[in-house]
Amino acid sequence: MNVARNQARDDGPPAHDGERAVLEAPDINRALTRIAHEILERAKGPEKLLLLGIPTRGTFLARRLADRIEQVEGRPVATGSLDVTMYRDDLRLRPARALGRTDLPEDGVDGRIVVLVDDVLYSGRTVRAALDALNDLGRPKAVRLAVLVDRGHRELPIRADYVGKNLPTSRAETVRVCLAETDQRDAVLLRGGQR
Amino acid sequence: MNRHLLSTADLSRDDALLILDTAEQLSQVSDRSIKKLPTLRGRTVVNLFFEDSTRTRISFEAAAKRLSADVINFSAKGSSVSKGESLKDTALTLQAMGADAVVIRHGASGAPHRLANWLDGSVVNAGDGTHEHPTQALLDAFTMRRRLGDLDGRRVTIVGDVLHSRVARSNVHLLHTLGAEVTLVAPPTLVPVAMGEWPCEVSYDFDAVLPKSDVVMMLRVQHERMNASYFPSAREYSRRYGLDPERLGKMPDGAIVMHPGPMNRGMEIAAEVADSERSTIVEQVTNGVTVRMAVLYLLLSGSEPAIGGNQ
Repeated sequence: MNVARNQARDDGPPAHDGERAVLEAPDINRALTRIAHEILERAKGPEKLLLLGIPTRGTFLARRLADRIEQVEGRPVATGSLDVTMYRDDLRLRPARALGRTDLPEDGVDGRIVVLVDDVLYSGRTVRAALDALNDLGRPKAVRLAVLVDRGHRELPIRADYVGKNLPTSRAETVRVCLAETDQRDAVLLRGGQR
Repeated sequence: MNRHLLSTADLSRDDALLILDTAEQLSQVSDRSIKKLPTLRGRTVVNLFFEDSTRTRISFEAAAKRLSADVINFSAKGSSVSKGESLKDTALTLQAMGADAVVIRHGASGAPHRLANWLDGSVVNAGDGTHEHPTQALLDAFTMRRRLGDLDGRRVTIVGDVLHSRVARSNVHLLHTLGAEVTLVAPPTLVPVAMGEWPCEVSYDFDAVLPKSDVVMMLRVQHERMNASYFPSAREYSRRYGLDPERLGKMPDGAIVMHPGPMNRGMEIAAEVADSERSTIVEQVTNGVTVRMAVLYLLLSGSEPAIGGNQ
């Protein structure tokens, strides 16, 4: 996950050789619309929902999902962001890093159905950190996980409830998610592998 | 690996902003019901205090504990120091006990620099003699930023015993780095001799500077370091350089009053001023914990520190 995350987070706009798009903007749109409906169906309405994005791109995805849910239901749904840096298990492996934003609703997470939103699910370690962070913030009624891309290679017993696209990859490949909010366009790019 | 926070003069603008931004995120932790993060679990922070201190020591202790670090408090009183143990031997003892970071306050300027050469872990200067007190300056800058926004072009006036003040030194360097304009106001006897290279102005007329100040920071008159008569009497000092309600009225709207504490009420700052809306004195204490958390996090959490200092 870390390789994928770094690639996804730190690179500039897409222009790399040997990268191919596995999802284009319309595909991402359709996937998010489907996930929004799935979340809504399972939660039986938006009242208790709280969409928590994991910075940076998870936050944007959570907002997009919230917009779609509001379009369908005509009522707003709570969103926020949850930075998990302080809970990561790989802090000592790399230099100390800047923190992302944590934004929670006034009344916190207690009793809510929290949907964690991230761009890529890989080792599962980020989600593990997010679960620990949530535990310190309160007691949600349930916690679910929505990701745009599941690329496999889990290192922990964690699975996503809502997946935009299952993308079989090798560990040598890198998955990069671009979103218009930070990268000028929407796309999921795959690079590397056997060459 | 061997990185320390010894002086604000060592901090680049990026380093300083990283600390302040990190503190901004960490400030939310103080509002939660569980005020604890697991980040420094298993790390040991030693508070090595050779001088008296309440707020700084407690603040560092709270900061380390909120990050789940183990804290060992050491004060010179009642320790082997009173039996004549040298700083170096004390340092090596701490090293042998596995200290990952040492927070040191010492009466001698430069003691943290010496310590940094002897230890493998990080050294954080919590005030050395009349030299520097970097985390105080960081928390002051953090408090200003929260009240006033960006510090670029802000006019900060620091008033009082500049000669003996490590807080003034640290603030001058840090605020200059962050783009603020600093003016020091003090009786001529309490202005350091060799300050030609300090990036700030000096004035002897408090009333002339007041209307142009966004921030007025009052310094404590440090009786314990005054080994000569620097001013004729406490009353005269208070009249010329004390912040009373009348002077408060001359400050621009929105300007704030700061004091690093502990205060001599009635001496450099009137009680009404210290307790007024414009005073940030209590906020400064709260922010102190947050800023120190940010410093400990950035120095200790990763494989190498995110902020630089001299080796």
